[in-house]
Amino acid sequence: MSETTSRSDDYESVIGQSAQGIAEFDDDRHGLIHKVQHALHVTPSLVPLIVLLLSIIIFGILLGSKFFSPFALTLILQQVQIVGILGAAQSLVILTAGIDLSVGAIMVLSSVVMGQFTFRYGIPAPMAIAFGLACGTLCGFINGWLVAKVKLPPFIVTLGMWQIVLATNFLYSANETIRSQDIAAEAPMLQLFGAKVQIGGAVLTVGVIFMVLLVVVLAYVLKHTAWGRHVYAVGDDPEAAELSGVQVKRTLISVYMLSGLICAFAGWALIGRIGSVSPTSGQLGNIESITAVVIGGISLFGGRGSIMGMLFGALIVGVFTLGLRLLGADAQWTYLLIGLLIIAAVAVDQWIRKVSV
Amino acid sequence: MEPILKGRNLVKRYGKVTALDHCDFDLYPGEILGVIGDNGAGKSTLIKAVSGAVTPDAGEVFLDGKKVKFASPLDARGAGIETVYQTLAMSPALSIADNMFMGRELRKPGVMGKWFRKLDRPAMEKFARDKLSELGLMTIQNINQAVETLSGGQRQGVAVARAAAFGSKVIILDEPTAALGVKESRRVLELILDVKSRGIPIILISHNMPHVFEVADRIHIHRLGKRLCVIKPGDYSMSDAVAFMTGAKEPDPEMLAA
Repeated sequence: MSETTSRSDDYESVIGQSAQGIAEFDDDRHGLIHKVQHALHVTPSLVPLIVLLLSIIIFGILLGSKFFSPFALTLILQQVQIVGILGAAQSLVILTAGIDLSVGAIMVLSSVVMGQFTFRYGIPAPMAIAFGLACGTLCGFINGWLVAKVKLPPFIVTLGMWQIVLATNFLYSANETIRSQDIAAEAPMLQLFGAKVQIGGAVLTVGVIFMVLLVVVLAYVLKHTAWGRHVYAVGDDPEAAELSGVQVKRTLISVYMLSGLICAFAGWALIGRIGSVSPTSGQLGNIESITAVVIGGISLFGGRGSIMGMLFGALIVGVFTLGLRLLGADAQWTYLLIGLLIIAAVAVDQWIRKVSV
Repeated sequence: MEPILKGRNLVKRYGKVTALDHCDFDLYPGEILGVIGDNGAGKSTLIKAVSGAVTPDAGEVFLDGKKVKFASPLDARGAGIETVYQTLAMSPALSIADNMFMGRELRKPGVMGKWFRKLDRPAMEKFARDKLSELGLMTIQNINQAVETLSGGQRQGVAVARAAAFGSKVIILDEPTAALGVKESRRVLELILDVKSRGIPIILISHNMPHVFEVADRIHIHRLGKRLCVIKPGDYSMSDAVAFMTGAKEPDPEMLAA
């Protein structure tokens, strides 16, 4: 060893005398814009929150108390509850760099299972609801299994499942709606999520409370548990996650199963929202949930964003929808603005990514 | 002496490419084994085969004389083998502490940990900070900063610190100094010797001949998917080693038995 090292230059001998200080960098970008960019990078859900508050203020000024009242504001919550719950399911999947096009279909099938099991087979409502929840979880498991084990792209898997689940829904239900009065008379538990809680002028439903609680619980789970960190790691770089000790397949399957379960809860909430069990309802669930997720600042490439942002995104859509309707504008203006927001959200996402610290 | 980690007749094929061709491998307790070889010689595949990242098509791996079959890196890690991969295997958007504890997170004691499965962030951060300080890597200002905000050398330092902190039987380092500056390389080499003094054997894969010759006790020369020979750094010069691994020179027949 001595023979070989002596032949090489002793180029490292000066290291001992080298500077010991910690690298310091003069940050010459002191401008306000840079500070904003930094804050947004650290807390990505700030963007949708600011947009949400601004839009509430603007519509509040334009419409006065017609909009800026506890009743109208809680009405928005009621209108977004389904999208909010589906968005929570969608967020989990998108955080793993996947996408779930079948959320709406799973929701409808689960609600149909709950309704038909009660009315066709006479199973007690709580049991039928359990079957509905199991049905959603099973659909999610099939998605997850195909994505994780068969290694098919999530887009393709859920595109296929969307059609399969929807067709199953129509075939099984024979396109038959269960009427609201019948449910209220025989199985009121199916409409549980529609139960209203009044606080002053504010009207909350069980579904709204469930949506908020669900998002808060998921935000905690994603940030403060090992499973949550694994979801982010898998979305960030699945190979690195696998090598550093994450059970990637198991995590993926659990994410899709949980997503399916949440969609089934959305199905239950859907019965509460519309009163009846209708196989033709909730058709736009997948697109609306993806919209909420994107406006909420969750990256479609996975691993970045927060589920709180998704809730803000869903609320932004709700505020625009109600605000523009109260202003008497054509509904198409809502779609136009939502379209602009989607593109703006992704542009902002790219911009804040440019700063690394 | 019985090798602590032993591979026999390992074969791994990727389609028509044979990455490992009936390869043998021995790591003895307490030693630093350098592994050198040309690009594409199969060094990385060999390492992945003994660390569970790939499952060999044929052949056996023994740890402490007992036959083992690792289905995943998690299995190998459970058995006490830690690996620093060339790609570092870190999640860029997550923090340093999150990355160090990936897959072996600490939970809060009591109800919060047991029922709410809450992570013990303060403990994880303290541990990560201590380990990085040991490695002299405290130029990292904030233990909660995302790994993507670190320089290449700092990332490598975090990966090495992770392996050194958790490896109990064997530590495998795949090109640990490739992205590092002179000073940081020196620290990693010191760390390698420090880990060795704690009695944990190390496999060091590197293209950097001076580094390998400086710290290794024996050098495994890999060529065309198998072990060509094992040399002691004192007996041969770096140019001999390069000649062996590129095929410019054939090793003596008696060395092949080693």
